[in-house]
Amino acid sequence: MKLGLFPGCSLEGSSREYLESLTAIAPKLGLELTEVPDWNCCGATAAHSLNAKLALALPARNLALAERAGITDLLVPCSACYARLMATHEELDRDEERKREIADIIELPLQAGPKIVSILDVLSTDGVAGRVSRPFAHRVACYYGCYLTRPPKLSTLARTEDPREMDDLVRAAGAEPVAWAFKTECCGAGLSITRTDLVAELAGRVLDDAERRGAEAIVVACPMCHTNLDLRRDAIDAHRGRRSRLPVLYLTQLIGLALGLDERALGLHRHHVPVRFRPDPQPTVAQEI
Amino acid sequence: MSDSGHHSGVHPQTLADRVEADTGQSAFRCYQCGKCTAGCPLAAEMDLAPHQILRLLQLDLPDTGQEVLASAAIWLCLTCETCVSRCPQEVDLPRIMDRLRDESRERGLAHPKAKDILAFHDAFLGSIARSGRLHEVGLIAAYKLKTMHLLQDVAVAPRLMARGKLAPLPHGIEDRGAVARIFAKCRREKP
Repeated sequence: MKLGLFPGCSLEGSSREYLESLTAIAPKLGLELTEVPDWNCCGATAAHSLNAKLALALPARNLALAERAGITDLLVPCSACYARLMATHEELDRDEERKREIADIIELPLQAGPKIVSILDVLSTDGVAGRVSRPFAHRVACYYGCYLTRPPKLSTLARTEDPREMDDLVRAAGAEPVAWAFKTECCGAGLSITRTDLVAELAGRVLDDAERRGAEAIVVACPMCHTNLDLRRDAIDAHRGRRSRLPVLYLTQLIGLALGLDERALGLHRHHVPVRFRPDPQPTVAQEI
Repeated sequence: MSDSGHHSGVHPQTLADRVEADTGQSAFRCYQCGKCTAGCPLAAEMDLAPHQILRLLQLDLPDTGQEVLASAAIWLCLTCETCVSRCPQEVDLPRIMDRLRDESRERGLAHPKAKDILAFHDAFLGSIARSGRLHEVGLIAAYKLKTMHLLQDVAVAPRLMARGKLAPLPHGIEDRGAVARIFAKCRREKP
């Protein structure tokens, strides 16, 4: 499958292992990725919090550039960028007048725009299952966070309060997904730097529940979720008054391991919490929900 | 849809009217079931709970608009979209929050507790305006200078650097002029 790729800024910096693991597994799964030429930042929370026009124009330039490059399906692995590109696409689609105004601002023609797809949309359970050489035989908590399921009118997942798509993928890779209550709770997202105290509380609750259910790792598809659960682990530990070494993996890293790829190629060494698995942890609460 | 840039001058309408004109979202659809507040991850930290913000928009008593715009709550909203996902009336509260933050900032009403959050947003947008993409090292440096939180996260930076996660120089885009022009055209005229 040929796909355009919008990596986003985090995947070039603090979350580069997400891009490394994605580009490592893509050829194995028949995904041919072409980066959007000269893409710019989507504007993230800063733009939509302060300037509605900027929050449309920044993502719109990327949609226009992707279209000009002949990209019909655009993969946006960062779920925060995914949300901004989806919201922009939806608004411009709905409001022709707005679309003309934004096209004028970005000085590029805007047609229908590419179809925007998430990492969960492009990975198929059959595609993964057929290529597993080293099953990832661990119990994991699949953490969807906010933007893969919300807002529901833009989400492509079937069940927004209890999504299953990532659970199905990790099962195809040999893992056992646990049933847990924090799949779609917010980690504190963009307050990581300004209100680390609040992030420690919110991400701490997510970590707590994953541990109580006996998960050996949390699996994510969002750089902000990863940063808050992994890089902010010391702040979470200090807030909770105990140390946790539960590793946090990108979905693409877990699949890469199951496909037999090298740990270094998947960027596992870049995590703050070492990716090691305790032998057989037991849940402290019942699994039936 | 009217231009979001109009509100820097006089304010003849109520805040609820201005929000609706810019976002298409009517606060009057809310019947105060409280579902938004029940699901909000930060409601307990807020000076006004999400459903109370909608109620104040509906009431339009003297000073209610001001109370909303000067609240800390609008700056704590994470845009996690849980409220709108569960709202039986489909009130897009995150969209309303964006509009409230925008006017709060423009009219100089932002809560003192929002100072760091605003400094972060400004540093973030400054980084994009310069190079087209976010440069994380530059963002942190600019944020520290704006807030004088110079020692924050000094333990985290060397670890990030050692793991190859911090790029010392920005990955700028080719056509920086295009992004600079987008910023210029989206800038509002000061009253």
